[in-house]
Amino acid sequence: MYSEKVIDHFTNPRNVGEIENPDGVGEVGNAQCGDIMRITLDVEDNIIKDIKFKTFGCGAAVATSSMITEMVKGKTLEEALEVSNKAVAEALGGLPPIKMHCSNLAADALHAAIKDYLSKQNKV
Amino acid sequence: MKRIYLDHSATTPVDPEVAELMMKYYVEYYGNPSSVHFFGRQVKKALEEAREQVAQLIGAQPSEIIFTSGGTESDNLAIQGTVRARNNKGKHLITTAIEHHAVLDAFKYLAKNGYDLTILPVDEEGIVSVEDVSKAIRPDTILISVMHANNEVGSIQPIAEIGKIARENGVLFHVDAVQSLGKLPIDVVSMNIDLLSISSHKIYGPKGVGALYVRRGVKISPLVFGGSQERKLRSGTENAPGIIGFGKACELAGLRMEEENKKLYYLRDKLIDGILKKIPQVKLNGPLGDKRLPNNVNVSIKYVEGESLLLSLDMIGVAASSGSACTSGSLDPSHVLLAMGISHEVAHGSLRFSLGRQNTEEDIDFVLQELPKIVDRLRAMSPLYKSDASSV
Repeated sequence: MYSEKVIDHFTNPRNVGEIENPDGVGEVGNAQCGDIMRITLDVEDNIIKDIKFKTFGCGAAVATSSMITEMVKGKTLEEALEVSNKAVAEALGGLPPIKMHCSNLAADALHAAIKDYLSKQNKV
Repeated sequence: MKRIYLDHSATTPVDPEVAELMMKYYVEYYGNPSSVHFFGRQVKKALEEAREQVAQLIGAQPSEIIFTSGGTESDNLAIQGTVRARNNKGKHLITTAIEHHAVLDAFKYLAKNGYDLTILPVDEEGIVSVEDVSKAIRPDTILISVMHANNEVGSIQPIAEIGKIARENGVLFHVDAVQSLGKLPIDVVSMNIDLLSISSHKIYGPKGVGALYVRRGVKISPLVFGGSQERKLRSGTENAPGIIGFGKACELAGLRMEEENKKLYYLRDKLIDGILKKIPQVKLNGPLGDKRLPNNVNVSIKYVEGESLLLSLDMIGVAASSGSACTSGSLDPSHVLLAMGISHEVAHGSLRFSLGRQNTEEDIDFVLQELPKIVDRLRAMSPLYKSDASSV
């Protein structure tokens, strides 16, 4: 049902945790539907210096969270904003069709975290 | 890696004795039981022996057993067959919120097509109230359908009491006994059951075979027409090897039930107690003691999601199941857990272990040793766990 890459990211998730005093925080999903992703960012000179995630959800939810942290670490915010949910799924070698909607939210969480960072910047 | 199978409510392995017997009826005694010649007669005889073996396990007469392709077909034949035969007697149907989808969805289809459907609630242990059933009966009620034991949480329903009320009111009573067959004593006569669905592959028999008990004198209409097999109620050449295997599995289940249950109750309670003791923030779903199937364990592990638990267990060789949305193929978690008043969030973290014949105490010890580690790992990843801990 899951690709080897999904299982790899589920078994050995990259960048699990929470950054202390993060520059941006994004949280999507809700416990009722069974998936919550929380991404915290450390941004320096417009570049994602560090990124961590915490996820409550199925194998696909954990794997997509892990995968996106790998994909955007060290990237500019503009580059990170271009990463879509679909691209994350493709990087994992695809997801079962039913998971494309319910558990493929990592890009949404990342974008929410970047927007949170940008809105804080604008206030300063 | 040693594999530990703890998903016997999904299906069971075929008993070697059953498989050996069946093989003969594939390669050696392959006749069509409807044929007049020797090849046919030989199979017909074995088929009728199987009918006796099945009937005996539930206290029925052999002539009251209709072989089908499994539990789902039996449920559909019971429900749709009754409705078709009693169309002129009324339009009201009664069932419970925790039935298997084979029952629930058959009823929901009828509700969309002109029938009145009452779906009764269950209490927090997953048990329907006899009083609720009694109150729901109307002059135009034609069928009550209540499962004997629930497949997810193992809750055992007050079948004999409901049967008495149904009979007193002249309403047909169908029981889905797919999960209880071979685990709980069933007596269709004293329990006042009119229709009873059972399945072979849950009791160490082959897949693709089941039966519907139809009490003598109860009229139902067939769903499948053709060569008039099974008293015209289920046309189509009989799955003879499967049926003969099912008969053998019933015989073995009857012989072994008492001793097997002793072991299952012990292992079940050891697993339940161990999980509750070793893992904090865990809730047992369903009742305790003899109100629960001897082989069922169902717990909700808060702050983690069921499919993640299943994947993690599978990686160490342990097979279980969950009522989370991710495993149900829909966006909602188990309808059974929701009907018991369990929140979506807690239902998503449900985990079912269903024990069986070949499980040992070592299997249970292994799960009790490994599951806490898995839960720790997943909780460390869960944003819910931290937010809860910080709020305490």
